[in-house]
Amino acid sequence: MNAPVIIDRDGLNRLISVLVGMGFQVVGPTVRDEAIVYEPLDSIKDLPEGFTDEQDGGIYRLKKRTDKALFGYSVGPHSWKKFLHPPERRLWGAEADGSDFEIKPEKLESPKFAFLGVRACEMHAIAIQDKVFINGKYVDPVYQVRRENAFFIAVNCGQAGGTCFCVSMNTGPNIEEGFDLALTEILDEDHHHFVVEVGSQQGANCLAQLTHRQARSEEVEAAKNIVAQTAQQMGRTLNTTDIKELLYENLEHPRWDEIAERCLSCANCTMVCPTCFCSTVEDVTDITGMHAERWQKWDSCFTMDFTYLHGGEVRASTKSRYRQWLTHKLASWQDQFGSSGCVGCGRCITWCPPAIDFTEEVLQIRDSATQLSEPT
Amino acid sequence: MAGQMQPPGVNPMIPQTYRVNKFIRETHDTFSLDVVPKGGTEPMVFQPGQFNMLYAFGVGEVPISISGPKPGTQGMIHTIRDVGVVTRALHHLKKGQTLGLRGPFGSSWPIEESKGQDVVIMAGGIGLAPLRPALYALLEQRDQYGEIVLLYGVRNPEDLLFTKEFETWRGKYGVQVKLTVDTADREWRGNVGVVNTLIQRVTFDPLNTVAMICGPEVMMRFAVSELKRYGVPEQQLYVTLERNLKCAVGFCGHCQFGPAFICKDGAVFRYDKVKPFFGIREI
Ligand SMILES: Cc1cc2nc3c(=O)[nH]c(=O)nc-3n(C[C@H](O)[C@H](O)[C@H](O)COP(=O)(O)OP(=O)(O)OC[C@H]3O[C@@H](n4cnc5c(N)ncnc54)[C@H](O)[C@@H]3O)c2cc1C
Ligand code: SF4
Ligand code: SF4
Repeated sequence: MNAPVIIDRDGLNRLISVLVGMGFQVVGPTVRDEAIVYEPLDSIKDLPEGFTDEQDGGIYRLKKRTDKALFGYSVGPHSWKKFLHPPERRLWGAEADGSDFEIKPEKLESPKFAFLGVRACEMHAIAIQDKVFINGKYVDPVYQVRRENAFFIAVNCGQAGGTCFCVSMNTGPNIEEGFDLALTEILDEDHHHFVVEVGSQQGANCLAQLTHRQARSEEVEAAKNIVAQTAQQMGRTLNTTDIKELLYENLEHPRWDEIAERCLSCANCTMVCPTCFCSTVEDVTDITGMHAERWQKWDSCFTMDFTYLHGGEVRASTKSRYRQWLTHKLASWQDQFGSSGCVGCGRCITWCPPAIDFTEEVLQIRDSATQLSEPT
Repeated sequence: MAGQMQPPGVNPMIPQTYRVNKFIRETHDTFSLDVVPKGGTEPMVFQPGQFNMLYAFGVGEVPISISGPKPGTQGMIHTIRDVGVVTRALHHLKKGQTLGLRGPFGSSWPIEESKGQDVVIMAGGIGLAPLRPALYALLEQRDQYGEIVLLYGVRNPEDLLFTKEFETWRGKYGVQVKLTVDTADREWRGNVGVVNTLIQRVTFDPLNTVAMICGPEVMMRFAVSELKRYGVPEQQLYVTLERNLKCAVGFCGHCQFGPAFICKDGAVFRYDKVKPFFGIREI
């Protein structure tokens, strides 16, 4: 679209008020309980200025930076799915009248979110959930309306996290599409500003209301270099060659048993994963028994009764649950939705209490599988 | 193509209300609900093998296959075994009462594709329910098919479903109906043993046969290997798979079976499509 422009910190702040003026609720990164989470923002004062994070298997720590960067960290425990695919919602209520009842669908609300600070892997994660909820035979209207209303201010990563592997998954760190505006934060002794790319007409309209100037070619170059550097710093890598076949052929691999000894079946990995979409429903009635409701809530393939059939669980063992999770992300997702279900954000590694590392487990299976398949 | 596209603006998670038109006691633990839409809207269009989500007020919602209308009638029939919380609540419904219904969902039996062939239907227990509409559809165009065989096994003689219809199927339509039970009682004069032992008692041309199988997973595994042994090609075997499912439209993730969603891609599958995962423990 238009050539890249430059805005400064005030411009970014002004962008928030412009969006609020357009009826958006702006949500983005902020510090809470020693983590960077996504919450409503009023101004850039709410951003995690001067913070960064240290991430590794089972480890997440906030640290102070020596500068005043606003986006100097990678992804935290939250993802945008909590806004597009709410953790819980009422689907409908029902009112009884004698032996009769009527169903009253929940009114479809139409919130307008502006997401500030969406990383490349997260843009891809949203595109992946689109395939689940709106691009198939059936459409989830709650997701659809939120998705269609959303305004995206993406941010190119200035550094990679310790568990990131977007380069392996082809999902980053460079923001490529789907955004309204995309920022690269430039910070040196003399400057603190943002190189802004425009991805939509609505993005251009917002920008028109801010003080900005055309970016010079060396500034655009500098922004590109930052992203290129980030790509060199990936904390993890994953070899995805024939990964579907590898996993399908190794459903009985002994490694699954080993993982099961460490895995707590706590479901953290699925809760933090930006593409995991499973849900369950709960039926409730009030004390009179005349009013019933049905709620939809996030669920996980690690929970107790996820596969319950009368007579018991299909996946009773932790082994089978972990196997389901990993093979779904990396293998069966391809058959179901035409892409990987993993964007390499690293959250599942960081937030796994016993630090089970997805990339390492696949590597182990790959290495021993080749050994196994060699003629004896 | 099974099922319809979702009309715009319709939330597939919201049930319609239906009225129990008829409650039919089938066996000691199994019953059928013949239901019609409240407000008398158009009868539902469905394919044999599809299922609906039935909701009992305040209790919950479960997937139940469509087992009819019977030829010449209109009500959608669901044949249900009382095994737990929701099916018990449905069991307690009486004529005139209301239930919620979403559907129809899922894939269907290959009725068209089987034309010109012999058809072997194998059912275990409640598995006959989703096969009954297939049988009705075959019999409606009886001359389009060769031999039609029904092999049906249950635990005890008292568990047999739809017994009154067997004579019509045999006499009027020339269906080879063979029954077996796991455990006989004093009056039982028929076969005892698992359902695949019945294969040797009927006539069909294996290479030109389509088999439609529904029952417990173990039963289907044995049925598949036995039919293959007789020479029925894998691409002509159809099985159903059962998994926990909450949404029936591919959103909830519960019903995954390897790459397949039981709700969208099944519950009826061509065997060769699911073969790599069939029989893997805890898949
Ligand atoms: C595609 C499909 C078609 C089916 N067709 C029939 C049919 O025609 N007749 C029939 O009697 N049964 C059928 N079933 C099985 C029926 O859905 C279960 O028996 C029923 O869900 C048990 O619910 P419950 O609350 O009575 O049992 P409980 O054991 O109390 O179950 C509690 C909850 O677990 C879940 N659950 C338990 N078992 C199953 C199951 N087998 N499938 C899905 N969810 C389950 C349900 O959410 C249920 O509410 C079918 C299942 C599937 C998947
Ligand atoms: S599987 Fe792990 S690394 Fe991949 S997208 Fe999900 S949380 Fe991120
Ligand atoms: S892999 Fe880790 S985060 Fe996921 S369920 Fe197991 S212990 Fe929990």
